[in-house]
Amino acid sequence: MSSPAGPPGSRTAPETAPATATASVTAPAIASAPVTTSVTTSVTGWGRTAPTTARLARPGTYDEAVAAVRACGARGGIARGLGRAYGDAAQNAGGAVWDMTGLDRIRAVDAEAGTVVCDAGVSLHRLMEVLLPRGWFVPVSPGTRYVTVGGAIGADIHGKNHHVAGSFTRHVRSFELLTADGAVRTVRPGTALFDATAGGMGLTGVILAATVALLPVRTSLMTVDTERAADLDDLLARLSATDHRYRYSVAWIDLLARGAATGRAVLTRGDHAPLDALPARARRAPLAFRPGGRLPPAPRGLPDGLLGRRSVGLFNAFWYGKAPRRRTGELQKLSAFFHPLDGVPHWNRVYGRGGFVQYQFVVGLGAEGTLRRIVERIAARRCPSFLAVLKRFGAGGPGWLSFPSEGWTLALDIPAGLPGLGPFLDGLDETVAEAGGRVYLAKDARLRPELVDVMYPRADAFRALRAHTDPRGVFTSDLSRRLAL
Amino acid sequence: MKDAFGSPQSLLILGGTSEIALATARRLVARRTRTVWLAGRPSPALEAAAGRLRSLGADVRTVAFDALDTDGHEEALGKVFAEGDIDVVLLAFGVLGDQKRAEAEPATAVQVAQTNYTGAVSAALVCARSLRVQGHGSLVVLSSVAGERARRSNFVYGSSKAGLDAFAQGLGDALYGTGVHVMVVRPGFVRTRMTAGLDPAPLATTPAAVAVAIEAGLRRRSEAVWVPGALRPMMTVLRHMPRALFRRLPV
Repeated sequence: MSSPAGPPGSRTAPETAPATATASVTAPAIASAPVTTSVTTSVTGWGRTAPTTARLARPGTYDEAVAAVRACGARGGIARGLGRAYGDAAQNAGGAVWDMTGLDRIRAVDAEAGTVVCDAGVSLHRLMEVLLPRGWFVPVSPGTRYVTVGGAIGADIHGKNHHVAGSFTRHVRSFELLTADGAVRTVRPGTALFDATAGGMGLTGVILAATVALLPVRTSLMTVDTERAADLDDLLARLSATDHRYRYSVAWIDLLARGAATGRAVLTRGDHAPLDALPARARRAPLAFRPGGRLPPAPRGLPDGLLGRRSVGLFNAFWYGKAPRRRTGELQKLSAFFHPLDGVPHWNRVYGRGGFVQYQFVVGLGAEGTLRRIVERIAARRCPSFLAVLKRFGAGGPGWLSFPSEGWTLALDIPAGLPGLGPFLDGLDETVAEAGGRVYLAKDARLRPELVDVMYPRADAFRALRAHTDPRGVFTSDLSRRLAL
Repeated sequence: MKDAFGSPQSLLILGGTSEIALATARRLVARRTRTVWLAGRPSPALEAAAGRLRSLGADVRTVAFDALDTDGHEEALGKVFAEGDIDVVLLAFGVLGDQKRAEAEPATAVQVAQTNYTGAVSAALVCARSLRVQGHGSLVVLSSVAGERARRSNFVYGSSKAGLDAFAQGLGDALYGTGVHVMVVRPGFVRTRMTAGLDPAPLATTPAAVAVAIEAGLRRRSEAVWVPGALRPMMTVLRHMPRALFRRLPV
């Protein structure tokens, strides 16, 4: 592994120093090829299915990244962040995988424009650590802080505020993209390369740095309203009627409940707490970022089947039962509201050696009937899923392979070893595709390739752009091989 | 690429007319497999098998391959891998031979040994090298419970499968960490052309059942699969039985 420290020339701004002018982040042309050592290792996504072996290298500077791309062999390479994509998006069997977390510097914070310039390997956790005390928050926060900025662009991630703020790339002012020819390009919104890269799963190049617009906040606490929905109709009605009042909104849904309780859920919606909502003591340090202690990591080697129907059914009944029927204005830590699972490092291990798949799809507004049928099928099938969430998306972005589009999205985790799960999910795919919906590539490890073009009508344009900018197929992942992207 | 459930998109069958292999191919084509290579001696049966798989929607190609012609393995199989990744290689060729004849005519015993062992060793190593370069893929080796302990009535075949089984296990260990997975499949008595006319042994099974077990083994990334599963404890008992007793068993 190379040292994460960059060359002296690239140290354009102290990491945490506020600056009003953004620093130049373009990589200089390489003088001599820097050496990045690589190790051959088995790589999986967060779901821990379908491991493949790749040469893992960790470029510590832009020059090293350029050299790595230029030196990649016949099987190409793919950038990888913190490995939170569930499927095979950041794997590349027999080729190179570039661990981008070595490019981990926050280069400038522009307090006037409300933007940050940082390397692609910087995590949202790190951004929060640095930016919250200055009164800024990331524009979009997914269910985990442990994703990189590069990964957030590559997957065009969304959060609980999608209905008001859209997906991550809506807030990206520009990024530096290392393309197949070894050049570094500054890419701005409104260009084909931007739209192909936003949600493009790293297949257009390696993102080296980005300028991201931030959200000003007064405190680091959230004010949260919680309410229960008795069934799916109740849930959709509540989300449709009152979501616009909240910046953040999500519903945890009990997919094991059947009969009249099918689709019962707990809604948690909220916003950043204003200063006057804080108790006097907390007002002394309103912007302190204290995610709280993390539990010990889940151990390795847990058996399959811990999360079976019985245990998950009990958990779901407990979780629904303990939620208040209605509670308003509760103050919660950011981490408790946004990232409850980050408290358990390696929580993905609880699914055992067999791993798990996450199934996330979106169907449009008006396709509530489809959503209902799918929820009923999942409930009838008794899929043991305790991490199921439903959310109402706002309008989609311009990214060609970007997932979010206006409508309803449901995400659920299922142990991969569940018998017959493959054909079952294929059936759901068909239903989703018929309704004009799609599944999320960052979570996918099993989609039937024929459906990609149905779900993502601009996949053809994506392929054409790749054929033009990357004729040798430098940027290749297991996902791109599996889905012929 | 294989998906999260171990379903391959491309399949290479060595021994393209094997009933077990073709039953497996039908199951896999019903899931994600779109490309199938059938390697075997050119014959109408091989083409017919290809045609049947094509009718299921797969892109099927045949390649001339002779287990006994080990010198030609490199070229024949190299051609297949040059066309694209192979997610699963199913090594399914083998001959049962005639035990009585083999004892009388050693040359026929040699042919059994060369097909089942030498040919398989050569083909497996050639494939393993390409799989290694890919960084992914499964090599599924059809062994047999007959290799678990050689029986008086069948020891030429049994010993060839014993050698293959040991080889495949070692190869699996050698490839550990390379992304390549080796799975040994040990069926009991399977009702096929190969065993037609023989009295079925206890726990006899069918090609379709072996195919189900192979698909499940790929999903679990198993290193060894017994078909049916009850054979595993049974063979453990037989393996530890004293010679004097084992010799007298009517098996």
